[in-house]
Amino acid sequence: MTRAIRLELNGTEVAAVAEGGENLLSLLRGRLGDTSPKAGCLQGTCGACTVLVDGEPVVACLMLAEAVDGRRVTTVRGLADGPRLHPLQEAFMDGFAAQCGFCTPGMLMAAKALLDREPQPTREQVIEAIAGNVCRCTGYTPIVDAILEAARRMAGRRGRVEG
Amino acid sequence: MPLEVRTTSTLSEAASLLQAERTARFLAGGTLLMRAVNEGDVSFSTIVRTTDPAFGRMRAAGGRIELGAGVTMAQILASRELAFLHPVARAVGGPAVRTMATVGGNLFAAHPYGDFATALLALDARLQLASGFGVREMALEEFLQARERGPRQLVTAVSFERPSDPTAFRFRKMTRTHPKGAAVVTIAALVPASGGRVSAARVALGAMAAQPIRARAIERALEGRPLTAEGVAAAVAAAAREGDPPTDALASAWYRRRVVGVVLRRLLLGEV
Ligand SMILES: Cc1cc2nc3c(=O)[nH]c(=O)nc-3n(C[C@H](O)[C@H](O)[C@H](O)COP(=O)(O)OP(=O)(O)OC[C@H]3O[C@@H](n4cnc5c(N)ncnc54)[C@H](O)[C@@H]3O)c2cc1C
Ligand code: FES
Ligand code: FES
Repeated sequence: MTRAIRLELNGTEVAAVAEGGENLLSLLRGRLGDTSPKAGCLQGTCGACTVLVDGEPVVACLMLAEAVDGRRVTTVRGLADGPRLHPLQEAFMDGFAAQCGFCTPGMLMAAKALLDREPQPTREQVIEAIAGNVCRCTGYTPIVDAILEAARRMAGRRGRVEG
Repeated sequence: MPLEVRTTSTLSEAASLLQAERTARFLAGGTLLMRAVNEGDVSFSTIVRTTDPAFGRMRAAGGRIELGAGVTMAQILASRELAFLHPVARAVGGPAVRTMATVGGNLFAAHPYGDFATALLALDARLQLASGFGVREMALEEFLQARERGPRQLVTAVSFERPSDPTAFRFRKMTRTHPKGAAVVTIAALVPASGGRVSAARVALGAMAAQPIRARAIERALEGRPLTAEGVAAAVAAAAREGDPPTDALASAWYRRRVVGVVLRRLLLGEV
């Protein structure tokens, strides 16, 4: 049993055919060619596949693909604005918050979900926001620091635009 | 093996499909069911889901709170009226799991999961169940006791009284990892006090049996006592005799029996 669906992927309308019981991660990576969300555990425990659906973070490996019919999906591929990286990506680079990089797409999307809702988060809120994302390399501190740094830079830019 | 997915626009249609097909499973948030799909579970061949708006509806303003079974942990965290339940919703997985994980699905989550169900048990929640024949109500406690043997029915909503004093509702989950992790033990307690003494306490334990349980010995030991170190001593001692704790990768039954009283004392006395 297959089902034809339409969704908005990183701002572009796309059509796809989902297999019965297929998950969103498989649809994105296998059928839509967006390999930016990573496949780690397929159990919801590692967070490497985190994407946003209508702005909210989900683990794509546990979401039924056809449930995103008519919805807006954002992956890390949609984060940069052309050649200009998102402040989160810049702060991750500057702060060495990625080592092997496998967890990075999920970390970035979990962090984006937080900053969209809470532009000036506390350290506690950042830790809570990435609580479902496992990193085997960094020990988390550089990631938490980078998210806080990105929030500061974004606030600075907003300040300049408004001021 | 590809599955058949049936999307229904009403809850009653979903209930009829589930009843008619023995190999059908209901999909709510999918955080447990999709995991089974990914792992190649062949015990079901059809997935039933619903787009009925009633499934995700909340009535949280009044004294009697009603949550559609499809209400997610994230929805609860976004509701100011349900602030007393925020620590419970936050105890379920990380943010991405909470966007999906539903109240109804939590009632079916096997050990060591079921943190929200544990809280609902302390709140004396009632369930609305739908079958092909109609709708009926059942106490959550009765439902949980029969969960493994009972027929597959669709839970459409849960309801419970808002605690008249929000500080009377207490919740604590002990985990091996922080800030999130599965439960070594979870305790939810409703301990209303009049004149400084507990009356009509309701205490529920998670991860202390195959499913969340009421802790009646603890409740009896609290009756008429003040929430002081001496007042709670008998309840703390009784905690070790509750339930039938499983041994798993997180903790042994032995450890759970020893630690549950410690968690209970901290919860009742408001200690860190
Ligand atoms: C990484 C991770 C961490 C987790 N951490 C926790 C945790 O800390 N605490 C915790 O309690 N849980 C945890 N869970 C388990 C799970 O996310 C929650 O228990 C959640 O509430 C289950 O709801 P769901 O809607 O996703 O269930 P689903 O996967 O949709 O369904 C689960 C089961 O219940 C049945 N079902 C669901 N809804 C209904 C209904 N309305 N009527 C009849 N049957 C129904 C389904 O058929 C299925 O068999 C975790 C899961 C993951 C993947
Ligand atoms: S691959 Fe989805 S959470 Fe690990
Ligand atoms: S950088 Fe390697 S897992 Fe996080």
